[in-house]
Amino acid sequence: MTNSAAMNQLSPAPARASKQPQWLSGGTATQLISAALLAILVVFALAGPLVWPDHAVQDLSRFLEAPGPGEPLGRDHLGRSVIARLAHAAQLSLLMAVLCVSAALLFGTLAGIAAAWRGGWVDTLLHGLSEVFIALPALLVVLVVSAIAKGDIWTLCLGLALAQWVEYFRMVRARSGLILAGPAVESAALLRLGPVHIVRRHLFPELRPLLTTMATFGVGSSILGLSTLGFVGIGVRPPTPELGQMITEAFPYYHEAPWMALAPVLVLTAILIGLLGLRSKESRA
Amino acid sequence: MTLSTAKPAAEFRALTRAAVPPAVATAARVLGRRVAQAAGVVLLVSTACFAIVQSLPGDIAFRIAAGRYGYDQVTAASANIVRAELGLDRSVWIQLVDWLSGLASFDLGNSLVTGASVAGELGLHISSSLQLAAAALVLALSVGTTVGALAAARPGGLLDRLTTVWVSAARALPPFLLGLVLILLFSVHLGMLPAAGHGEANNIVLPAATLAVGLSGLFARVTRDAVAQIRQSDYVRFAATKGLGGWLVFLRHVCRNTGVTLIAYVGVQVLVLIEGVVVVESLFAWPGLGHALVHAIFWRDIPMIQAAALALALMVVAMNTIVDLATAAVDPRPRHKEAVL
Repeated sequence: MTNSAAMNQLSPAPARASKQPQWLSGGTATQLISAALLAILVVFALAGPLVWPDHAVQDLSRFLEAPGPGEPLGRDHLGRSVIARLAHAAQLSLLMAVLCVSAALLFGTLAGIAAAWRGGWVDTLLHGLSEVFIALPALLVVLVVSAIAKGDIWTLCLGLALAQWVEYFRMVRARSGLILAGPAVESAALLRLGPVHIVRRHLFPELRPLLTTMATFGVGSSILGLSTLGFVGIGVRPPTPELGQMITEAFPYYHEAPWMALAPVLVLTAILIGLLGLRSKESRA
Repeated sequence: MTLSTAKPAAEFRALTRAAVPPAVATAARVLGRRVAQAAGVVLLVSTACFAIVQSLPGDIAFRIAAGRYGYDQVTAASANIVRAELGLDRSVWIQLVDWLSGLASFDLGNSLVTGASVAGELGLHISSSLQLAAAALVLALSVGTTVGALAAARPGGLLDRLTTVWVSAARALPPFLLGLVLILLFSVHLGMLPAAGHGEANNIVLPAATLAVGLSGLFARVTRDAVAQIRQSDYVRFAATKGLGGWLVFLRHVCRNTGVTLIAYVGVQVLVLIEGVVVVESLFAWPGLGHALVHAIFWRDIPMIQAAALALALMVVAMNTIVDLATAAVDPRPRHKEAVL
């Protein structure tokens, strides 16, 4: 805890005029480069599938074709376009990660505020549940949940969200407890300003920078979790391209077709490096 | 908190509680919390596995009959016998209670695939996983603490900066990619180490190294920060002022206090370690819990899923319990704040 970002998280944040999270309102060179890298990846993930729409068309006569004009990354072992598969895989990873993190953040935050606000049996119940979840490795939760429906995207998403909500819950519960017990909230309550006002003016400004940091981190671990499942062979079902599964499929051919193995590896590491770079100057939890 | 500000009742409690040695009280509190956690974990994982059974497509009675009598012996009659015997026609809630009470009597059931008793197979998996986790942890701690202590000797020096790069790189490279890189390098190109297998002494090198690379970077950073901070502290400066030799200062003050931080940090990293074990075992075909779990999920072998998931989760709780007790033993100062993890 040495820098201004960390100090900002500790002191009551003044109502900032800008609606932007910290890492957009001016950052270090590392953060700017990371943001640019991520922007390129997001554009590729969103626009790529429109440029190369068919990722499943096989043409076995073009088995392991080298990169050339029209096919910047060549063809894979079934003669499918690697760039098309990569674009669809990146799209799937990013959308899934954002979806899972949003779900986990929403549920975790609401549960955390409820536990801190109501106390009593609500708090006991939720805190007890979080005590159990904190002992479960995220990957284990995702694996067990994924066993319900093998490779079903919604099930995987549910598993990833279930594995993550507990971090948001514990942070929000601890911080809200401090804020709600403070003199500012006491005055607001005496003035009968209502719960909406307290959440908007007291809780939200305090929690937002922390939640932003955690969400950035959560997106990275969701993408990593998804690709790990794909790599192990129990992730998204095969015709749908997914980064981890593409790495596994390409591995036997890495000698003849290195581009096929390197492309998903590079996209995956670029996403992770970009996300890590964003939080480079933030406090290390 | 001084006694004078406490209410009389609290003061009385504080005075009577002093009859129990604080170390024992701390240990009891830690154990109580962890036992409750373990019970909750068992309940949750087991209920989740029961939910998987209920949601499976097809008739579970046919599956179990197939597991028992072989696939060519399955008929509607044999499925009905199984259904009647296992009470699969009762209400879901009664079946859940039945499922949990079976677990309570340590009956983990039989594998749906091999038909063998799950408990029997579990022993090998647990010992393999523990072996791998222990090797990785020892490797990561020895490398990490050495590098960290050396980096702290010259903050901002070359080694210090290299450590930072290493930590970032290790965090951006997912364990499975790291494992692949190591396989390509040491097995495929150099032919020095086996890429998969179990039983030979050198089989463990690559999987343990894969796990250790990520962890050691983190341990190095924590050690570096702790040592740098402790060397600035008043008690170290006082020890040096009173003429205690450099080595003694290092051993008695720096090492012990760094140890407290490190042990607590190992507790934080237990989850990372166990997740890594699952991934690395699948990659290197190491016959541990993670490997068993992934295969069981692939085959929908629910008793095996339950056993492996329970064993992994309880391993986390057990490791954290050890860490808590060790922290309390190394640093007996009373704590007013509960640990975050």
